[in-house]
Order: sequence, then C-alpha cells, then structure tokens
Amino acid sequence: MKNITCMVLVCLLLAGCTPEEITADPLEGLRLAATLQNTTHKIGLYTPDGKFQTGYNPITLKVTDLNGGPVENVLLTWSPVMHMQNMSHGCPASALSLLENTIYRGYLVFQMASNTSEYWELTLKYTVNDREYSVTEKIPVVESARRVVQSFQGTDGNRYIAALTEPTSPKVGTNPMKALIYRMESMTKFTPVKGYTLKIDPRMPGMGNHSSPNNVDLTSGENDFYEGKLNLTMTGYWKINLRLEAPDGRILKGEAVSGNTEASSIFFETEF
Amino acid sequence: MTRYLILLLFPAIAWAQKDSLAPVSLNEVVIISQKSPLHKAAKTLGSVDDYLTGTGPVNMIRRGNYAWEPLINGMSSERGLITLDGMRIYGACTDKMDPVTSYVEITNLAKATVHSGQSGSAGGATIAGSIDLSRRKTGFSVKQSGGDAPGETSRGEASRGGMVFTGFETNNRQKIAGFSLFHSGEKLFADVDFTFRDAENYRAGGKREIEFSPFTKYNVSVISGWKIAEHRELEASLIYDRAVHVGYPALPMDVGRAEALMASAEYIRHHVSGSVDLWKTKLYHNAVTHIMDDSRRPDVPIRMDMPGRTRTTGFYSLLEGASPRHSWKMNLSGHTNYSLAEMTMFSNTPGEKEMFMLTWPGVSTQYLDLYREDTFHFTGKTAVALNLGLAAHHNRVGNLFGLESLRIFYPAMSQGKTRTLKRISSSVQHRNHPLTLNFGLAYGERAPGVSEGYGFYLFNSFDRFDYIGNPDLKNEKSAEVNAAASFKRNGFSVKLSGAYFHILDYIIGKPDLTLSTMTIGASGVKIYEQLPYAQIMSTDLEMSYRFTPQWSWRGRLSYQRGSGKGAGNLPLMQPLTYVSGLAFSTGKYAAELTLNGAAQQKYFSAGFGETPASAYRVIHLSGTAKFRLFQLKAGVENLLDAYYSTYTDWNRIPRMGRNVFFNVIRSF
Repeated sequence: MKNITCMVLVCLLLAGCTPEEITADPLEGLRLAATLQNTTHKIGLYTPDGKFQTGYNPITLKVTDLNGGPVENVLLTWSPVMHMQNMSHGCPASALSLLENTIYRGYLVFQMASNTSEYWELTLKYTVNDREYSVTEKIPVVESARRVVQSFQGTDGNRYIAALTEPTSPKVGTNPMKALIYRMESMTKFTPVKGYTLKIDPRMPGMGNHSSPNNVDLTSGENDFYEGKLNLTMTGYWKINLRLEAPDGRILKGEAVSGNTEASSIFFETEF
Repeated sequence: MTRYLILLLFPAIAWAQKDSLAPVSLNEVVIISQKSPLHKAAKTLGSVDDYLTGTGPVNMIRRGNYAWEPLINGMSSERGLITLDGMRIYGACTDKMDPVTSYVEITNLAKATVHSGQSGSAGGATIAGSIDLSRRKTGFSVKQSGGDAPGETSRGEASRGGMVFTGFETNNRQKIAGFSLFHSGEKLFADVDFTFRDAENYRAGGKREIEFSPFTKYNVSVISGWKIAEHRELEASLIYDRAVHVGYPALPMDVGRAEALMASAEYIRHHVSGSVDLWKTKLYHNAVTHIMDDSRRPDVPIRMDMPGRTRTTGFYSLLEGASPRHSWKMNLSGHTNYSLAEMTMFSNTPGEKEMFMLTWPGVSTQYLDLYREDTFHFTGKTAVALNLGLAAHHNRVGNLFGLESLRIFYPAMSQGKTRTLKRISSSVQHRNHPLTLNFGLAYGERAPGVSEGYGFYLFNSFDRFDYIGNPDLKNEKSAEVNAAASFKRNGFSVKLSGAYFHILDYIIGKPDLTLSTMTIGASGVKIYEQLPYAQIMSTDLEMSYRFTPQWSWRGRLSYQRGSGKGAGNLPLMQPLTYVSGLAFSTGKYAAELTLNGAAQQKYFSAGFGETPASAYRVIHLSGTAKFRLFQLKAGVENLLDAYYSTYTDWNRIPRMGRNVFFNVIRSF
C-alpha cells in the first residue's frame, strides 16, 4: 500500500514537471477545414471545429510543399470573395501573422453561408524567396447554430458588420466578451472601426425576457477587438441585444429593450 | 372583545410550565406523548405542527396542510432555532417548505421545549427564540426508586410493550396508522416506532376543495441505550422520514419527495464528580433531500425541477452540575453544514437547452459555540439566571459555479466569511406565593441565513419578488427585555407576559428597481439589506380556573406588533388572537369545547404582500373515552364550517372546514 502511494506521488511529481519541457503545438486542438493546393504548395487551413461558419473564424494556416515538407520565408495575404448570383463581395479579414515557422494565423468574418448557387472563394497570394504564387479555391461556409454576426446599415448611411468573438464557451457568471466591428467601405474593403460602443443587453426570451445586471458595454480595446463583460445568470438560450453607438453618441442601429420592444433589431445569440 | 372572553376555553394544545428544576425559566413545554390515557391535546394523533401551534410564543406559517413553519415571537425560521435533542438540522428547501419540524413525527418525540428570545438558547445563536424537540424513549428500568434515569422510566423489572394507533379525518380523508414498541431492561432499552399518514385534498368552509393539498408521510425511528456500567450509558438514535406528493396550495409548486435521515450517538455519564452531575457527548449526522415538483400543476409558465439538499454533521458536549444554591450548565457544540439547491427550467421552445442555476450556491457553514448557564438561588424566593454564549461562524461558497453566479452581483465578493456571535441573557425571578414575577434582559446576535447571504433568485410567492442574497450583510443584533407576572390561588391562575425586541441591522429584502426578474410573472427583485433597527413586541395573557374537580376553563389572549425603521409594519405579526376553552374530565371521560378566534389584522405589511387578515371565530369540540382495550378520541374541528384564514396563512389560503376525526390508541 505504501509503495503504491509512493509511486502515485512520484508520478504526480513527474506529471507536474513535464508540461514545461514541451512547447505547445500551435495546431493542437485544431482541425483541418480545407487544403488549398496549387502545383507547388499545399496550404492547410485549420479551425477549432474543422469547418468555416458564419461569423468570426479564427484560422491557422500551414504552408508546406507538395510532400508536406516545411516552406519558410513565406509572405502571405488572403482575400475571400462571396460570389452571389448578381454580384460579389468580400468580408472582414485580418492580416495574417507569422506564428512560428510555416504557421500563420488570422481570422475571417463571414456574413453569410454558402449554398448551391452562392459560394465563397478564398484566394491566397504569397511569395517565397521573392517569387509570387497564388491559389484560389472554393470553401464551404455553413450557418452557425446561433447568430454570431450582424450586417446592417447604420443611420449614418454606412454598412457595418459586428461579430461576436468571445465567449466561445460561455459560463454562468461574468464572461469577458469581445466583438469585432467593421465598416464596409466598398464591396471588397472592410475596415475595423475604433471609438464606437457596442451596447449589450442580454435577455432570455424563454424566461419572460429576464436580463442580468452589471453588464459592461463593449468599447475599443487592444488590436481591433471591442471588449466588455457579459453576465449570464443561468445556462440556456440568451439573446444579446445590441445597439451600436458612434463616437459622437448617436445610436447608429438597434433599439433599447423596454416596454413593448422585446428585442433589438440587431443581436447575438448564445446557448450553453 | 370582552364578549369573546366570556366564552371560553381550553387551549387546543396542552402545555405546561416547566417544572421546578429550572425555576427561573419561562420556557413553554408541549408534551407530545400518546401514552397518557386522557391526553390533554385536543387531537392525540395530530401532527407535530398541531402540537406546536400556540405553544408560548410559537405560531405556525401555513402554506398548505403540511410542513408548517414555526414563527417564534412573530419571527420566522432565519431568526429562530430548532434543534432535535440538541442536533442542528438544516431544511433543504429554498422556499421554506420543509422546516425541521416537518421531518419528525409525534411518535418520535416526548416534548418540545420553547425558549423565548435568548433564554436558555444552548443550541446556538438566535434572535427570536428556540424550540428543542426531545426524543421519546422508555429508558432503562430501575430497581430502586430515586434513580436518575431519564425520560419516562418504568420502574422495576425488564418490561416490554407498546401501542398501536389509527386515526381518520373526514375532511381530507386523512388516514393515520402506526405503532410503537419498547423494551426496557436494566442494561438495555430500545424503542421503535412507525407512523404513516395519507391525506387527500382538504376542503375549506363551505366544502370548497383546496386543490394541491394532499400529502403522504412515512416515519420510522429507533432509539436504543446500553448501560455500560453504573452511571455510564451509550445511546443511539435514528429517524428516517419520507414525505411524498405533498401539495402546497399557497405556492406555485408542490413537493415530490422530502426526505431526512437523522442519526446520532451519545455517551452519557451521571455523577461525574461531586460538582458535576451529568456529562453528555453526542455526535450526529443528518441528510435532508427535498425535491420540488410542478408536474401536477396544469398551468405553469415554465416547467422546472428544484432539488435541494443539506448535509449536517455536528457534536455537542454538555456538562451539568448543581449545588443547593447554584446550578449550572456548560455546552460546547459545533457543526458543519453544506447546503445546495438547484433549479432547472425546461424551455417551452422546442430544441432550446434547459436552463440551470444554483439557487443555493453550495454554501458550507461551520459553527462552533460555547455556552454557559448559571442559576443562583439567593433566598428561597429569589433566583437569578445568567446565560453567556460565544460562537464562531464561518460561511464559504464552495461551489465555483455558484460563486461565479453571485459575483455577477458582487464582483469583489470573497469566497468565505467569518463572524463571531455573542449572546448574553439575564433574568430574575421572585416567587412570593401566590405571585411570581420575572424580569429579563438579553442581547443576542445572529449571522444571516444561507438564503439571506447567498440566495440566488429565490422566489417568494407572498410578495411575488425574486430575492437575491447579500454576502456583505452584518450580523443582526437584538436587545430584548421581557417580563412576566403570574398569580395562582385556589384553582385560579393568571399570567401576563411580554417581550420586546429591539433589533439592530434588521435583515429584510428591499426592491431594487434596476434588476430584472427571473421568475416569470414576478413583480420585481429584492436584495437583502438591513434596516437601522426594527422593533417587535409580543404579549400574552393566560388564565385558567378550575371550578370543580371536573370542570375547568382556560383562556388566552395574544398580540404582537412589529415595525421597522423606514419599512413600516413588519409582516406576520399576530393580531389580537384569543382561545377560550371549557373542559370536563373524569377518570374515564373527558371533553372540551374550544373557541379560537382573532380580531381583524390592523397592522400588516403591504410591502411583503400581506393583506389584512379578517376576523374569524371557530369552534372545536372533542372528547375522549377510555375503554378497557383502547382509548378513543373523537371530535369536530371547525364545527360551524367557517370559511376563514388567519395572518399565518400564506397568500391567505383558507383553512380547513368542518373536520370530524377519530383517534384510537391501544396500549399493551
């Protein structure tokens, strides 16, 4: 009995030491969503659940040669295009940053899902040792289970896109909440805006529109992300009613929930 | 009012002043025993609730026909203390549907001792007072008289016996059946008992059926003692109680199952030394599970499950001693409790996930208490009692899910909180036949209860508010003065008693208009806060007169008034209430006619959802006959089938209409 206890202790000690010695694999926990291939390279796109969905998609990319060997010194850009029947448009996209050798990271915010007649096409342009390459392929984008992106026209005449980026796994209690807000400058150009406020009012329509107290509206934080606090008093389905406020205090879109107004015209949803 | 006084009375409940062992005490004791042949209780097989109702400063809040909640001096559970042979038990329902008294049966108990305010609160910190339920046990047989065996000791050789009983009540078709058996030997005793009750919906006056008011209850208990050596005993006790399908017509939900298991083991030593007469040490554990149920309700805004559970483990060690002019008691006690209650709501929208929250966020309470009680007899006529208590109280929100839930409201809240609770009480009694005078002063503190400190959206169906606990509450403190005067001569007795509580930092829910309700249909959300002070006055006048050896009359008038600084009247204060009873008894037969009533409630708390309770008058009639083989008790409650409710009826649900009952007890 004593021996077993000692062994267990030793194992625990060893287990406690080991994680520091192993560097985390940047693809750990991610799943391959698509591979774009041309005659020279393969570029794997990884997402947390192996698919592209409407809303915010953090994407990790790995560039290899056709045999899977590493390719270094790559300069990479991307441009997603939605081909609709009568028109085409892009979507908010971050720059791609080098995470480590051959691994890049960025995000795309899809406003809509693809279907049989309308599809997303992703073009990756890159240079390796000053030589330019390009690859373009269709990628499937499915509808998220709950609404996590809103595309709308503000009272200032601009089109905006707001996407929920956190929490991805909400809990009961206070959740850090993050979102992205882009202004659509043209069919292909989207710029993140600063200085706005995304006002939030989480509600449970199934519980007489119960709301939680002490939420913190989202304001510009680091990078392009807006940050605030989302309080959830119980599990279940929550509708996060939104109002976008311009830096001058004007409400560009969305309605306050009160009286007969049960929900805002723009909202996110979460369910857990 | 005087015309009511003329009618009169025998109280529905037998009660007796505690005998001369504690001459200073003003405790009320209800004898709960089915053995005494001409039992004074109107209904021998009544529930524990029936027995407690109207005992001293105790009244019972009624949410249905089951599990009434004791109010002591107009104060409900958080401010009072209920112990079972010194054991602490925590109800597992966030809505107070399971007070401790609902988990015991009359067959488990010998008596209930009610202490008003701080007097004799050996069990722990309290403001309102305490009720100590005492287990019934036959005890050891004793050869020579003058022994010190406890309880209803039968003297002499080892004996065995018991009783069987059955009862029926017409109003709600309540069936009662059970038995108790005992063995009493010189070295060993054992008691075992079982009680079953099953009732359907009751009918209020005018035969109006009150839906969702049935209940079924099973209770079994065992207690056994072993005499290890002269003056040394070991005792073990077990009670298992299970109620199913209990309806609460005043509430939006019923109870599917309420279950408690209470176990204890005790070492008792008599004649420890010249100055110490008794040393008792007990270890105990109890587990309570309470499952609310709305499946029988046809219309609910949303279906929900609300299970709650508590686990309590504790001990006490008590020393008692006496010399001719001084008696004393010292008690060290402690317990640890864990309370958790969940709520799961099932969305009416197909495909949506269920909604889950913790309404008691896994709160543990650790409590350690040292208590000392001294009684000095200065002369044959004057005695002074002094009680001192000091306790350490620690709460910790042990469940992370629950802690994070509460931090929505209190982002900086710490996980634990420690308090010290002090209490002191002193009283003087002067006896000069036929007059006895008592005067007492006391100070006590209490910690907020689990709901007050840590409750999360607890719906109160009286004021229809959701309540949120407040972990930053200070201790509530009470300064109390009490006095009583009694006169006894030639079969006539009268006693006037009163208590006044000045409560600082009085804990009460206050509406927060910025908060959104959780319960569908609720009027708003209240957060527990503290009033600078509140005042409660409780008064009582009791009289009795024995005209002849057979005929006696008894009357009682009670009144309470309470108000809070800035909050107006406090809820649940007793309007002028009277009992008047006329009793006749011979060795073989007894009968009593009782009038109970109250004047219209003038002072009520609209903020708590109260409406003024109307005046009422009800008449009860009962009789007992003792035959060779059995004893029969029968009677009619609410003889005139009045439709009424009292100030203790939650949401003013009406009380039972005419009810004919029969109790048959056979002892052997």
